Amino acid sequence: MLTDFLTADHGDCDELFAKAENAAADGDRAVAQAAYAGFEAAMERHLSIEETVLFPEFEARSGMVGGPTAVMRMEHGQIRAMMAQLRQALEDRELDDFLGLSETLHILIQQHNMKEEQMLYPLCDSTLADRAQILLERMQAY
Amino acid sequence: MSAGLSLEQAPPLSVPLRFFLSAPLFGLAAAGLLLWLGPDALASRWSAGALALTHLLVLGVLTMVMCGALLQMMPVLVGVRVARPRLLGTLCHGLLLLGTLSLASGFLGAGREAFRAAVALLGLGLGGFLAVMGLGLARVAQMQDNVRGMRWALLGLALTLGLGLLLGLGHSDLGLPLWRLPLTDLHLAWGLLGWIAALVAVVAGQVVPMFQMTPPYPPLLRRWLAPGLFALLGWRSLAAGYGLPLAQLPVLLLAALWATFALLTLRLLARRRRKVGDASLDFWRLGMLALLLAALIGAAALLAAPAAAATLGLAAALLFLLGFALSVVNGMLYKIVPFLVWLHLQQRLATRIEVRHRIVLPNMKSLLPEPRTRRQFHLHLAALVVLLAAVPLPALLRPAAALWLADFALLGLNLLGAARRYRAECRRIDRHPDAVSGSPASA
Ligand SMILES: [Fe+2]
Repeated sequence: MLTDFLTADHGDCDELFAKAENAAADGDRAVAQAAYAGFEAAMERHLSIEETVLFPEFEARSGMVGGPTAVMRMEHGQIRAMMAQLRQALEDRELDDFLGLSETLHILIQQHNMKEEQMLYPLCDSTLADRAQILLERMQAY
Repeated sequence: MSAGLSLEQAPPLSVPLRFFLSAPLFGLAAAGLLLWLGPDALASRWSAGALALTHLLVLGVLTMVMCGALLQMMPVLVGVRVARPRLLGTLCHGLLLLGTLSLASGFLGAGREAFRAAVALLGLGLGGFLAVMGLGLARVAQMQDNVRGMRWALLGLALTLGLGLLLGLGHSDLGLPLWRLPLTDLHLAWGLLGWIAALVAVVAGQVVPMFQMTPPYPPLLRRWLAPGLFALLGWRSLAAGYGLPLAQLPVLLLAALWATFALLTLRLLARRRRKVGDASLDFWRLGMLALLLAALIGAAALLAAPAAAATLGLAAALLFLLGFALSVVNGMLYKIVPFLVWLHLQQRLATRIEVRHRIVLPNMKSLLPEPRTRRQFHLHLAALVVLLAAVPLPALLRPAAALWLADFALLGLNLLGAARRYRAECRRIDRHPDAVSGSPASA
């Protein structure tokens, strides 16, 4: 249930990312910049939902504070740093740099998502089954 | 509860990298052998040269890369806990390397001692790898399709290895020489389809939709491809072993299965939502096209007259090994290696608080520049086309071998370039003027 919602959100972020990257590949900086801003906002929302709603709940219930969520938070930091670099490349009108970086960001995000979708979310679903409805509403309203 | 959950970062870079950098060397050895032996090498699939070539390629290149990639990926993506990854990686790599060399030299006339050494080395190396991975996978709690598929592929490797060890004992004059022919056939079928193709299918199910942003594979296929494959291979093995009627039918169904998989993958790739392409994508497309052709030609070989059947069979085998498996592995390497280098640099930098914000790391594309990977793809394509032309025109075999030599050399240089860049960047981080000398700030 949590898995479904968060996995679908990953997919939505991916769509926005592809839009920005495709525009950059076409050399259309204005469209790329607008699409990229949409992507970054959606991604930031997703990361914050996890960090402020899902992870604390999971850490409290499982007692694992330094465990999987710590690794995920660290990767969120890497993703944010990359996203800032990409934004800068667009502002500097360096579309080639943007496309060089976008591949790295894409793989970074995908391998991160894979870990969450394969392991962490299912674990959250089983650990937090009784709280799933409330958590889902909080995430949707975020 | 935490048994299946280790999200720690990957094993040290040197673990997968030693596998990835060895693979092109075995490719060079295979191509060199082909150049040296010339048209005789492929005159019969039973010739000593053909057997040595096949094993250099399948063990030294394909299995080498796949083992390295699995050692890297399983802990990170599937949650298999591997204790002492550096030790396991070193042992497994060393044994596989020496075992493959012994086996090839055995086929080339080094005598039964070489086969005995190969049996011991490969049995230990791959057997140990299988034991660790199998035990790890057995403990994974979540049963996703990729975990299931991975188990099937490892079972395929185990069966192939078992049959191969029996055959190796036969060559060592310790085994069962009478069974050699049917056993070789089974060894070949399980190795190519039950191990290599099955693993590619698992990997594709995971990475094609994610990294190329395509629609997912149909759930039915993801769920039943591996069990269906194993049922057909089992049926074929029994039919061959007991001389059952309809022994051809499972082979035709196997061809249909892989043709379907290849077509479906090509269709998914055509519907991808990222426009930016790269050499890796081209390798995947070429690989799937070659798999489709291999399946069709392989099926035709089954129905053709004996004289034509041998030629068609050879073409199908070359398409499968070099056109399909090698292309996909090449495409995977061009994603995995630059990403791992980038990731390890990132982690190194993250521990150096004092210089963290003063160094900009190279991105993946500058670690492995597109013009170079693209050039190697074109060389690879040319080598494949000329080699296929050499099936009816043996005079082209040596030119084809020369092209393969260049192809593997360029692959090796490209990967080596990324590895050397890693070293240079590490030095740049460590020797940055603001770095506190010799003390990586520990967390
Ligand atoms: Fe996340």
